[in-house]
Amino acid sequence: MPLDKAPCEPLFRLIRMAEASPLQDSIGKIRMDRAETDARIRTLIEPFNKKGVAIGDDTTFANDLEFDSLTVMDFVAAIEDEFDIIISMNQQAEIENYGQLVDAVTRLADGAGA
Amino acid sequence: MSEGVSQADQEQELSGNSPDLFSKFDPLIQQREDLLSTGVTDPFGLVMEKVLSPTRAICNGRDTILLGTYNYMGMTFDPDVIAAGKDALDNYGSGTTGSRVLNGTYQGHKECEEALKEFYGMDHAMVFSTGYQANLGIISTMAGKGDYIVLDIDSHASIWDGCALGNAEVVPFKHNDIDALEKRLKRIPAGAGKLVVLEGVYSMLGDVAPLKDMVRVAKENGAMVLVDEAHSMGFIGEHGRGVAEAQGVIDQVDFIIGTFSKSVGTVGGFCVSNHPKFEVLRLVCRPYVFTASLPPSVVATAATSVRKLMQAGDKRAHLWENSRTLHSKLKGLGFTLGTDEPQSAIIAVIMPDLERGAAMWEALLHEGLYVNLARPPATPAGMTLLRCSLCAEHSAEQVETIVGMFERAGKAVGII
Repeated sequence: MPLDKAPCEPLFRLIRMAEASPLQDSIGKIRMDRAETDARIRTLIEPFNKKGVAIGDDTTFANDLEFDSLTVMDFVAAIEDEFDIIISMNQQAEIENYGQLVDAVTRLADGAGA
Repeated sequence: MSEGVSQADQEQELSGNSPDLFSKFDPLIQQREDLLSTGVTDPFGLVMEKVLSPTRAICNGRDTILLGTYNYMGMTFDPDVIAAGKDALDNYGSGTTGSRVLNGTYQGHKECEEALKEFYGMDHAMVFSTGYQANLGIISTMAGKGDYIVLDIDSHASIWDGCALGNAEVVPFKHNDIDALEKRLKRIPAGAGKLVVLEGVYSMLGDVAPLKDMVRVAKENGAMVLVDEAHSMGFIGEHGRGVAEAQGVIDQVDFIIGTFSKSVGTVGGFCVSNHPKFEVLRLVCRPYVFTASLPPSVVATAATSVRKLMQAGDKRAHLWENSRTLHSKLKGLGFTLGTDEPQSAIIAVIMPDLERGAAMWEALLHEGLYVNLARPPATPAGMTLLRCSLCAEHSAEQVETIVGMFERAGKAVGII
């Protein structure tokens, strides 16, 4: 009976996942797909970018684009359907800016994130 | 309650210029201050001074009709339920002072689980100290690292917190969208464990899930299914087992989560299941193990109430009648409602904004009617709602009185 186990593990889940993020893997191949992924996401983000903010890799969703949780949900669903992938909440927690999103989608669409 | 949070400008001074950990709540403190400075009664500080029946209480010295209690079946003052509680209090004491797996399982807890097994016609039942803990425990324990939880985006906080406590991948889908659920299930990598989490009735708008199709889709894709029937137990379905029963799929649902704090009329939560290995959860489910069990009087009232709810067909019929009447009359007055047709005992009246919602709430209170004011982030799509939950003990005359109160308050505030 696990009566004495400390409940600490889940608290560090996100930190651990962030450290283990394999974004730097196989740079050469990803760079090829990354430009195409970027272009497709740029099209998808247009209707959500209500203020017409100029988007670069360091543009943040919460602060620069002012996405609320509902907008995030709709935007993520649009990307998931476009690329036929899942971006779980756990993965979303690591994505703060546009560049990180393009990296994550590139990796997930490549099958590496499954 | 409001006194303690109305000091946004008073920072705690900490050495080394460390930030006050409460600073993150400043926007909320400010929003409350702005609202209360308009002179409106604090909608989250109401005190029930006396409770006269499942449908009436004294609030601010005024006799008030209760239309926001989730006391759907009016069991809180049932004479048999009260007698069972008093008897248990006399014979087993005021509390167990222990965990279910140590000294906290009394005869009454086992009898309560037996009553639930009979009520649902299922092999196993596990009673938790609250409904919140039932979701927290079952979801976080069952879905582990590498597993996927696929859940409706409008799920209750206890479901989200169950996801946050565990290690599974969490994948939300658009509310009640069968295609969105199916697409996500099909994208989950082969070999991963899958748990689909749904609710029978969603408590904010009172709408019902298309469980028939969703359970089919889940099963076609190899997922286990958990349905939270908190707001349907005792009322929806021929035997009051919930929306899964009403839509004919209860035998394909792996886990039903429920609560004693709504139709059953006390407090506590539970999970029922036919899974052959279900009982192991008693050893591994932390929100079950690491908390004190329910007091003997509470499980005695719950067991008695659950057994009475099995035979409550007439009360179910009257509650449906109340729900239909109130829905059609409020709609007729010109209010915007959460659903086009009455789907449950919850009728959500959509307010144009928080300010007018709070004004309407207060106007109703002055009329002598209590409803729930619900606002973001608890509500979907940033809505402010006046949420009405009907009771089987509301008389037809009370429902008429309620309609009149809504009409006067709605006109006074300028909503209709």
